[in-house]
Amino acid sequence: MAKTQVTMTVNGAAAEGLVEPRTLLIHFLREQLNLTGPHIGCDTSHCGACTVDLDGKSVKSCTLFAVQAEGGDLLTIEGMAAPDGTLHALQEGFREMHGLQCGFCTPGMIMRGYRLLKETPEPSEDEIRFGISGNLCRCTGYQNIVKAIQYAAAKLSGASVKEAAE
Amino acid sequence: MLADLGEDARPLAGGHSLIPMMKLRLAAPADLVDLGGIGELKGIRTEGGDIVIGAMTTQHALIADATLAARLPLLGETALLIADPQVRYVGTIGGNVAQGDPGNDMPAVMLCLGASYQIAGKGGERRVAARDFYEGAYLTALAPGEMVTAIRIPVPPQGHGAAYEKLKRKIGDYATAAAAVILTQSQGRVATCSIGLTNVAETPLWAEAAAKSVIGTALDAAALKKAAALAEAIAAPASDNRGPAEYRRKMAGVMVARALMRAQSRAA
Repeated sequence: MAKTQVTMTVNGAAAEGLVEPRTLLIHFLREQLNLTGPHIGCDTSHCGACTVDLDGKSVKSCTLFAVQAEGGDLLTIEGMAAPDGTLHALQEGFREMHGLQCGFCTPGMIMRGYRLLKETPEPSEDEIRFGISGNLCRCTGYQNIVKAIQYAAAKLSGASVKEAAE
Repeated sequence: MLADLGEDARPLAGGHSLIPMMKLRLAAPADLVDLGGIGELKGIRTEGGDIVIGAMTTQHALIADATLAARLPLLGETALLIADPQVRYVGTIGGNVAQGDPGNDMPAVMLCLGASYQIAGKGGERRVAARDFYEGAYLTALAPGEMVTAIRIPVPPQGHGAAYEKLKRKIGDYATAAAAVILTQSQGRVATCSIGLTNVAETPLWAEAAAKSVIGTALDAAALKKAAALAEAIAAPASDNRGPAEYRRKMAGVMVARALMRAQSRAA
């Protein structure tokens, strides 16, 4: 099958590659861009381990073709920490609140949490649980994941108040 | 372009039904035509007495739309019961209604609301009533090379009450059984009523007899029981991992009764 050139912005930098029309976005990210943070869990759009942010939406990259992301703006877990290594509030939250056990679902959870907090900066516990209902954790349940997102929400809203004051 | 590519070509909307089917080798289209770049297929507008929704409008957009929230909240309420947030950002109403999957939620809502589908093909445009669209599981009135471009829904009267009741095992699941109801009342009695059923047959069902049976009643226990029985009579679910056929048929009736009550509580 003839390959097609795709160009997109990934974690703030231009990225491009040749893909087959059938290449899934997750395979392009993992195998061609070497971004192995997004995981392949179920490969059937249930588990959310492959979640990335595309043009302001959380999407399951196992259920999109790479060509559908042409020209898009993507953010993956690799783009969350600051260039100096300072963790994003969500990453810090997952560490502080023990939001991960095996860690397999964590990149998807964090990327979903990222968009959730953009849309709902101060979510209730119910809103968090409903908001991450497309992400499965098979280790230990969701209690600490919810706490991690609450931690990040508190930190991010505090930070924005501080920024506004400056 | 779709028509020129022939019978083995499929339009690609959100892809959240088609791509999983392709992975399972249940679908193997030779060509896909991505509709993502066609702006005219997106958006919600009012045209005369109808709400017109572009086929590529996502479930997420339905939930967020102010026009729908004010005039037809049933759509956003139903969309919230479909899949999960990530899928709703990408999945479209056109794909949901046109796929012909008996598990999809929007088709029964469209039967309930008396919607019609705008269809484009090489021969031009035509319009098909949702109630005439579904022929079997994954079989619809669409001919090869045709696609649904918009959904047209008559704006329900002010003071209507509507509800979608869906029994499912967990978030993201298809319905064990589900029912959509819209009704209006006059002096405490049902004046008009329409009912659609999801996932209890090869196609979505318009439960005409059940809806007629409650007109003129105050939805007392006897009326609810009769409507539920009439809905159960037309349901023909398969036994699957959501339950045996007898259970799923019974649940169709239970969902009808619950949806009737909730729609009534919302009606003026």
